[in-house]
Amino acid sequence: MTTPIETDVAIIGAGPIGLFAVFELGLLDLKTHLVDILDRPGGQCTELYPEKPIYDIPGLPVVTGQELTDRLLEQSKPFSPTFHLSQMASGLSRLDDGRWKLTTDAGTEIIAPVVVVAAGGGSFVPKRPPVPGIEGFENISVFYAVRKMEQFRDRDILIAGGGDSALDWTLNLAPIAKSLTLVHHRDGFRAAQHSVNQMRELVEQGKVKFHIASVKGLHGDNGQLQRVTLAGADKKEFQIEANAFLPFFGLTIKLGPIAEFGLNLHENLIPVDTEKFESTTKGIFAIGDINTYAGKLKLILSGFHEAALMAQAAFHICRPNEKLRFQYTTSSSNLQKKLGVA
Amino acid sequence: MKIIATDRDGKEHILEGRDGWTVMEILRDAGLPITAECGGACACATCHVYVDEEWAAKLPDKSDTETDMLDMALAVEANSRLSCQIICSDALDGIRVTVAPE
Repeated sequence: MTTPIETDVAIIGAGPIGLFAVFELGLLDLKTHLVDILDRPGGQCTELYPEKPIYDIPGLPVVTGQELTDRLLEQSKPFSPTFHLSQMASGLSRLDDGRWKLTTDAGTEIIAPVVVVAAGGGSFVPKRPPVPGIEGFENISVFYAVRKMEQFRDRDILIAGGGDSALDWTLNLAPIAKSLTLVHHRDGFRAAQHSVNQMRELVEQGKVKFHIASVKGLHGDNGQLQRVTLAGADKKEFQIEANAFLPFFGLTIKLGPIAEFGLNLHENLIPVDTEKFESTTKGIFAIGDINTYAGKLKLILSGFHEAALMAQAAFHICRPNEKLRFQYTTSSSNLQKKLGVA
Repeated sequence: MKIIATDRDGKEHILEGRDGWTVMEILRDAGLPITAECGGACACATCHVYVDEEWAAKLPDKSDTETDMLDMALAVEANSRLSCQIICSDALDGIRVTVAPE
């Protein structure tokens, strides 16, 4: 456990709206710390569609998810936000002095008078294959990520999936595994071609088994996998020996621990007012896709607007004795100094 | 046109499709549990459905992107499609789809 960080605003989610919130808060001299479960900023923009063009950002006729993220990072840079990446916001509690303590699953503690939930649809988590009873095997013999390769030495490994993760781990684990079987629903992969070629070589050499199949059943005791039932393209079922199963089907979005924060929720969204975008809990704001209000549109541009109004309200909470001076970046030398352009 | 959609509980819903809309949009607006995280950009595979065999053959072939994205879907079968890539039209009147497991 590290020393708690004290700041003005803790932001959950480093997607486009969280990043723009850094900018709007920064103009008002409010310091920010962001928490995101992904290993880089950008949220859905970089995780789901980095290469897809977006056409409805005001002033940018066309921009990709990655470019938009890069530009928002550049725009927020003068305000030196601190990123706590690859961490999930896991707890929120109120301190006696009225401030909030946000904790993460990595043990980071951020204390701030204002918390902004800019979490989109929630946390990106690995997709769990719809195999009965799989939960009981998780973290014992079913893993959605490889943290230590040694853990898999001399094991009978089953990998499922057809993307880069499935192929990369097939190649990396094959040399240390007792046996390695790869299953995918078709004889084609969306992974890098050289990885696919290397995998096919290992199959030819008999070092990896490949089946066009899907996983239908897991068998074992107390979470320790022993055998797996597969169904081939002809739907015929067969079993193989496996004591470790690694499914790689990418990520999906689940609301996650935010549901346990004690906030008022409506269909997994946080209701807010449209003046400050504050939740019904004072000091907790929600902006972007995670909030709901009459007329809400899930557009990035709506989130930008919400961030600007939230920042005004956050200022009054963080600096109760100061007067907020409304200024334009075009004319204020004070703001321009903050932006490093004057 | 009508879309006959079976949800994850096996319940059948008869939905009115709108010409030019995607099947994903019709399912989502009817409240079926279609996540469609990416909003129809063929970038997430969370609008995965099974198309009844007799209809599967009548649909245009999958694009490479759709085939690639289906690699990230769970429980993929030969008749798996992403519903954001199926455009409603009278030719598909009566199409039967089943929402794939989450």
